[in-house]
Amino acid sequence: MYNQTEIIKDTTDLGPDGELVINMGPQHPATHGVLHLVVTLNGETIKKIEPHLGYIHRSIEKMCERLSYRQFIYVTSRMDYLSSHINNTACALLIEKGMQIEVPERAKVVRTILNELTRIASHELWIGAMAMDLGAFTPFFYAFREREMITDIMEDTCGARLTMNYIVPGGLMYDIHPNFQTKVKAFVKQFKEKVTEYEDLVTGNIIFQSRTKGVGVLTAEDAISYGCSGPVARASGVSCDMRKIAPYDAYDRVEFDEVIETAGDSFARYIVRVKEMNQSIRIIEQLIDNIPEGEFVGKTKNVLKLNKGEFYQRVETARGEFGVFIVSEGGTTPYRIKFRSPGFSNLSVLNHIAKGSKIGDLMATMGTLDLVIPDIDR
Amino acid sequence: MTNEAIKEYITQHAPDATYDETGEWLNIVVESNQLKPLAAVLHGQPMQMDFLFCLTCVDYTTHLTMVYHFTATKDRSMNIVIKTNLDRANPIIETLCDIWRTAEFHEREVFEMFGVTFLHHPDLRNLILEEETAIAVDEKKEGGDEKKGYWPLRKDFEDPINMIKL
Amino acid sequence: MLSLESITKTTQDWLFAKFSPEIALTIECVIVILLCITLFAVLGLVLVLLERKVAARIQIRLGPNRVGPGGIFQTAADTLKLIMKEGLTPDSADKFLFNLAPFIVMMVAMLLLAPIAFAKNFQIWDINIGVLYISAVSSLSVIGILMAGWASNNKYSLLGAMRSGAQIVSYELSAGFAVLTIVVLTGSLRISDIVASQENGWWLFKGHIPVIIAFVLYIIAVTAETNRAPFDLAEAESELTAGFHTEYSGMKFALFFLAEYINIFIVCAIGATLFLGGWMPLHIGHWDGFNHIMDYIPSSVWFMGKTFFLIFVIMWFRWTFPRLRVDQLLNLEWKYLLPISLFNLLLVTVIAIMGWHF
Repeated sequence: MYNQTEIIKDTTDLGPDGELVINMGPQHPATHGVLHLVVTLNGETIKKIEPHLGYIHRSIEKMCERLSYRQFIYVTSRMDYLSSHINNTACALLIEKGMQIEVPERAKVVRTILNELTRIASHELWIGAMAMDLGAFTPFFYAFREREMITDIMEDTCGARLTMNYIVPGGLMYDIHPNFQTKVKAFVKQFKEKVTEYEDLVTGNIIFQSRTKGVGVLTAEDAISYGCSGPVARASGVSCDMRKIAPYDAYDRVEFDEVIETAGDSFARYIVRVKEMNQSIRIIEQLIDNIPEGEFVGKTKNVLKLNKGEFYQRVETARGEFGVFIVSEGGTTPYRIKFRSPGFSNLSVLNHIAKGSKIGDLMATMGTLDLVIPDIDR
Repeated sequence: MTNEAIKEYITQHAPDATYDETGEWLNIVVESNQLKPLAAVLHGQPMQMDFLFCLTCVDYTTHLTMVYHFTATKDRSMNIVIKTNLDRANPIIETLCDIWRTAEFHEREVFEMFGVTFLHHPDLRNLILEEETAIAVDEKKEGGDEKKGYWPLRKDFEDPINMIKL
Repeated sequence: MLSLESITKTTQDWLFAKFSPEIALTIECVIVILLCITLFAVLGLVLVLLERKVAARIQIRLGPNRVGPGGIFQTAADTLKLIMKEGLTPDSADKFLFNLAPFIVMMVAMLLLAPIAFAKNFQIWDINIGVLYISAVSSLSVIGILMAGWASNNKYSLLGAMRSGAQIVSYELSAGFAVLTIVVLTGSLRISDIVASQENGWWLFKGHIPVIIAFVLYIIAVTAETNRAPFDLAEAESELTAGFHTEYSGMKFALFFLAEYINIFIVCAIGATLFLGGWMPLHIGHWDGFNHIMDYIPSSVWFMGKTFFLIFVIMWFRWTFPRLRVDQLLNLEWKYLLPISLFNLLLVTVIAIMGWHF
């Protein structure tokens, strides 16, 4: 059905008659948070989308200028709250790089496992939320069943389920829970059995396919030009996996494939994320039996001081390339810190790919961009 | 391309550029009026620095420094940082958003946070902060000797209500 | 045997013996009205609870389980909450139309109850154009929805109402053609005739493939007509927050909500009547023993059982499928369902003329 509906490419032809401006958000079921989109419509057709941000802007970059290098990591959990482990890892890696701190092998492996679990949890939440945007409620509950197991593992490991704050410069805050390995293995087993369930419910569904195929097409050139990263860019055929390009922690010793699709539409973005979950499981399987014994945190000074200079660390969060840029003047706090959030760049492409399509397509497009608003607003 | 080759290539196009290799990546400092031509050169053949992954500004209290991080999707190991210093009282620079579309949002953020004006930017408005806040503060400061904007990420920004002095 | 038929007959005889015909008729009307309203209230409570339990079952959770045993009083508690809530009217709304709309939707739902045969000889009004009446009246509900969307002075409501208008008007056709196939086979528009014609087997079984096609078309069309997922574009909550009833609260919202469920009940009841034999028990050919056992099950149980089975099917759709887009929805109707129903109707006509059905 989808290929019979035209997507109007040039919206200027529609003229000013019959324009309807609606405010989607900040309180709207599909914006998943406080994103405010001013959508100009002509009937059901979208003429323009203008994002208004800042409803959850906390000026984290300014806050971090007052916080020490140990403290500021905790704030980053609150940015992309679905990938808080990965954000923490980025900051820890940057400080380790800046101060040449040796990280024990054990910590590296555990970090990698936790990062991949976080990625799965984030994609699970996304799969449910996106299906809900398209009007299917049930996958949400199926996805949460598995996600619950991950949050339980996280709770055992660090006492928190969402904002972990478990990764510190030099390694980990505590050692892992004694039953960490058993629980993760149980999760991997359950995931492999059950992932097909909601895949059956969503992937093969003809309505789902007709809602997502050919909708919100992002070409590779545009993806690069708009600075897209993560699954959004990979669905357009741009290779941009930081785990491959600049391996950190234990990623250089595990085997996994970078999932790349070429269609660039919403369905490709969906497929990329589903396949990525399987790759994450693959990484976890390789590491879970090989957690080295030893220290879980390296030797660090009590007060961390970064040398004068500029540092940049990139990691791959569930949403894409997350970068931390720190300008240090040699003090105990960063002089200037900039978080390059993947969602910010991914959001900027929304107007480009969604205009000319219908309101229903906007939900599919926005859903598959996987926007997390605190990450965009910072 | 090695750093030496990059330096050699850039020197042909921007003879005044200075280089700093102490960090992880090659840093190139150029004059603000040379940025745009240099950026076009970087984006074109043979460098193809088509991925602008970070664009930000740093307030050094004496001047503002724009920092651009580029990489090439063809060869992601090749990263360069371009910096340009701006006058703090009147920061103006050419926009890059006709070359890298991602610059549009990032420049809007820098505009509202640091007060840097980007020439030829298609839609230079506040993105995150409220539009009214900047205006209200401007009006309040109208009577004073120096007109100050509401630029939160500058170092001399003060907000007695929301910021706690340490 | 105590049956609904005997109760109504006794009551009527007693009333006409006791009072003059005019007064007796008036009293009968009052009784019918009271019964209708009670049925509405009970159906609303039961269907909402059923929906929540079905949804919970599909979504691997428990559903309401706190108020009363197994949560059976949950909807009663919800209704109480809705009654207590303030019914807000937006300042800029067209207040008269805004407040009128839920009642129109409700009234249409109530009117549709008239020709439905709930059990053997238990029917409010056995009108000779029963099926036509249903088709005619059910299309009126779009007026209430458009009114609600327009009067709310809300853009989401307006968009929802426009979608709903387009949708109901389109799918009315398919539903109408599906109904017509049975009319062609039966040769009567009267509900009691249609039910009687199925004494030796339901139309779904003895009408060959065209009736099965018509049945599927009917289920699709009425799912769309009642604005249920996957055709719930009028209230697509992820797109239009709540569609045409965005601005409604309290009891006015509850009326829309109730009307939706009543409409589902009615369309399923009609579906059961037309295709599954209404209150007729399941009879198989010449298995007299089996047929006798089936006859012992009261006709009202048969009717309700079939209706609730169809309701369950429609609920199943809702919790399984994603929503269609508005252009896909209209494409589906005008490019697929309508031509199929037209052709199907021709086929049924041929079958009826040649007498090829059982």
